[in-house]
Amino acid sequence: MCGTCGCGEGQVQIDGKHHHGDAREITLERDLMAKNDDYAAANRAHFRDRGILALNLVSSPGAGKTSLLVKTIEMLGPGRCAVIEGDQQTSNDADRIRATGASAVQINTGKGCHLDAHMVGHAVDDLAPNAGSVLFIENVGNLVCPAGFDLGEAHKVVVLSVTEGEDKPLKYPDMFAAADLALVNKADLLPHLDVDMDLIIANARRINPKLGIIQISARTGKGMQDWVGWIRSARVAMRLATAAE
Amino acid sequence: MHEMSLCENIRDIIQEQASADGFTRVNRVWLEVGPLSCVEPEALRFGFDVVMRGSVAEGAALEIATPAAEARCLACGQSATVQHLYDPCPNCGTVKMQVTQGDELKISKLEVV
Repeated sequence: MCGTCGCGEGQVQIDGKHHHGDAREITLERDLMAKNDDYAAANRAHFRDRGILALNLVSSPGAGKTSLLVKTIEMLGPGRCAVIEGDQQTSNDADRIRATGASAVQINTGKGCHLDAHMVGHAVDDLAPNAGSVLFIENVGNLVCPAGFDLGEAHKVVVLSVTEGEDKPLKYPDMFAAADLALVNKADLLPHLDVDMDLIIANARRINPKLGIIQISARTGKGMQDWVGWIRSARVAMRLATAAE
Repeated sequence: MHEMSLCENIRDIIQEQASADGFTRVNRVWLEVGPLSCVEPEALRFGFDVVMRGSVAEGAALEIATPAAEARCLACGQSATVQHLYDPCPNCGTVKMQVTQGDELKISKLEVV
């Protein structure tokens, strides 16, 4: 149907043309994510100038991101960490983080399914993380939408719990393609499950051959040293990159 | 449903363009949505009609073009057209494919009055 007058498209012609005054075409070629990407670039510049390593933690709901963060903050030291919590509702997660002594702000997205770079920019203004700190951005529990939104982070880290099944990376490939590191959490449950860890890893690497993978348990501490080591290496790499500019 | 917020981006871009260009109505909007762009075209269509209400693009037709996605095999170096992130290399059969094209998400042109 014609969008201008509601007539059947192309059915009525005057002098050989379907006429609506001066319809014309304008070429735009504008990226739909450009606005988000501009905010993300501003966040990234802010993080670089202040030597802040920003990590965007993504997972499905219940994979254990917050428990993992609480343990991580205990190991890194609460004064060196700041957290932005994203959830649709409640400030439960930010409360759990603050109980460790680290500073945290909660973003409630309402009906929204992801954090965007604009929200994160405002949260960073409120939070004012210390120079040289690690900023954890705990995204809304959702393996779909957050994959598409750059927040200005240095790395996306996807958390996957072993109870979610071996084929999760194949079912939700976008997130595994966008991440640099996968933390396979709740590894302490493996003896009680019919889950093939090798297959989880193979499926994740099938989506993203360069994906780093750490088997971890926030409950028992397994893999926590590797994860904290990864964070420290990422911080060093960021400083070297900034110094080289 | 991040397609809704993408539709809001589309509306904002169109309104911006309308102010700059002076058109008062949009008949047709052409989008380019790569098959690996994290966007579901049908959800985009649904959101488009709702979000454009009350704007210069209310009732506009939506055309979605889907360019081919390409990936390069990290094992054999060949480039190939792919449909999914987990497609194997058609040349050597390994699954070490790095996407090089197909995540586009843009508004390519408008028909305006």
